[in-house]
Amino acid sequence: MFAKLALQSLLDRKGSVVLSLMAMTVSIFVLLGVEHIRHQTKESFSKTVSGVDLIVGARTGSLNLLLYSVFRVGSPTNNISWETYETIASSGAVKWAIPISLGDSHKGFRVLGTTDNYFQYYSYGSQQRLSFSSGGAFHQVFDVVLGAEVAKKLGYQLGDKLTLAHGIAATSFSRHDDRPFKVVGILASTGTPVDQTLHVSLQGIEAIHFDWQQGVKRPGSTITQSELEKAGLKPQSVTAFMLGLKSKMATFRVQRTINGYAQEPLLAILPGVALSELWQMMSILESALLLVSVLVFVAACLGVSAMLLSSIRERNHEIQLLRVIGAPPYFLFFLIELEALLIALVSCIFGAGLLAASLAFLQDYLVSHFGLHVSVNFLTENNLTLMVAIICASALVAIFPSFSGYRQARIIKH
Amino acid sequence: MAIDLRNVRFHYPQQPHQTVLNIPSWSLPGGEQIFIHGPSGGGKSTLLNLLSGLLIPDAGQISILGQRLDQMTSRQRDRFRANHIGYMFQQFNLIPYLNAFDNILLASQFSQRKNTRVLHDEIKKMLTNLNISENSWTKPARNLSIGQQQRVAIARALINKPQLLIADEPTSSLDPINKEAFMALLMSIVSENCITLVFVSHDLSLSSDFNRIESLSDINRLEHST
Repeated sequence: MFAKLALQSLLDRKGSVVLSLMAMTVSIFVLLGVEHIRHQTKESFSKTVSGVDLIVGARTGSLNLLLYSVFRVGSPTNNISWETYETIASSGAVKWAIPISLGDSHKGFRVLGTTDNYFQYYSYGSQQRLSFSSGGAFHQVFDVVLGAEVAKKLGYQLGDKLTLAHGIAATSFSRHDDRPFKVVGILASTGTPVDQTLHVSLQGIEAIHFDWQQGVKRPGSTITQSELEKAGLKPQSVTAFMLGLKSKMATFRVQRTINGYAQEPLLAILPGVALSELWQMMSILESALLLVSVLVFVAACLGVSAMLLSSIRERNHEIQLLRVIGAPPYFLFFLIELEALLIALVSCIFGAGLLAASLAFLQDYLVSHFGLHVSVNFLTENNLTLMVAIICASALVAIFPSFSGYRQARIIKH
Repeated sequence: MAIDLRNVRFHYPQQPHQTVLNIPSWSLPGGEQIFIHGPSGGGKSTLLNLLSGLLIPDAGQISILGQRLDQMTSRQRDRFRANHIGYMFQQFNLIPYLNAFDNILLASQFSQRKNTRVLHDEIKKMLTNLNISENSWTKPARNLSIGQQQRVAIARALINKPQLLIADEPTSSLDPINKEAFMALLMSIVSENCITLVFVSHDLSLSSDFNRIESLSDINRLEHST
């Protein structure tokens, strides 16, 4: 009966209650959304690369190197010569090396030139290796292996032909239309930028740029695709490379050696350290976002509180009647608290529903535009704790109108 | 005695120098129905609030059904009121957004009565006996006519089988026909159930239904208190 009374009382004040409910719903949506995306971004970034001891690129900022080599965000400052790569990769401390060559794209998806090592050694999440949902690694110059998302989005299957574009813009005017690639493998989904990447061999990258100069195709070039396949192309340069070392103990020593490499200005970074730098930089933005969403929530809570407080005066007769039939003053306190809790609970449900719908709707957009894999399932322990905190905060803010109701119940009108 | 007041004095905290009630002695035997009349602002409602334990006197003793209200804690008085006292006002007797059935059920929630099927059957029987059609049971109280609302108020006041019923001008908002019907119904119920009734009104025409009639000025001896 207690709950029914609270519910009926709220239903009786539909107008103001619905507005308060909407304000609370939006604030909870923002709060949960910010927290979920923040958490998912961190998780998504953290699980993108694992088991890589060092990432080496042309000298630049460590964050820039991490972002372009692993997350395909931003652009490299320079390339590394193939000789340098070979020298470092063949040094005694190195167990394996994965060269990566960036700079081309296909319908907005990045193309990565690499070697077989990529499929053999690259790992993500908790040391999970890449696996193929169909086909296998590239063996020919014009073979391409697609990330899961690329194949799904563009509807490619094994055997399909596609051409690459020079540069990374979604719409490019410099295209390698005369040298199509054949899909020979599709990777299983990883939830990392690998899913949005097309993988070709370094020879493939060399082949499409064979008769190009300064980013433009040389006029009058007559070399055919089959001639290129037989030419035994050797890469000239790579954008960056990842290293796995034989001993973790050697990490800092190798890093120092690479950073002091005399022939070429290089930078070697530890992915974990660079990531923590990234989080440090992001933490200000994160905190600002969280603060804004908390303030929006507090404003909505105060709105509900004000609505309940103003209703106390309207409910004077109701309060007097409840007292006359034996309701103690604290009954009124808990009745108003329950009303606030019901508003918070319904707002939580609506806010969560709205967030789930928005995530489902925006999931593809976030993946294609930001490379962010944000799960629709936001009911994580973290968010459930947040929801409990939201309800507790609502109860706390409702103490003011509840106490006012309690006081009103103690005053007998004459 | 159903009611026994001794040397009761009361003033509101907001007006510390203005004594509202000063009752040297006043009592009412159980099962009796008393009509108290007096002008508006004379302290009638204050007296009823003291009798129901909503207010406590500054001095003196208030015994209701043999229990000293002035010695009870606030919670004990609330419980006592829920279990032993029925109360009716001239209006606002019901929670407007609850239906008739729930209004009556709510009154039982604060008493010792359990929310059982027997209680539900009893409410239905009361509503039927009070001539409230079944389709009105589930309507919000505000959608009932004033006459219906006052009859539901009787059921609400009697659901916990009180030994004392306090009525504060319950007929003021009724038209003459409804007023007569209401009084007939009320008097028959209190007689049948042997309930002590304290009925307060400024309308002396209603006094004919009572075996004891008193003016508030005879009970409240303000001249001695100043």
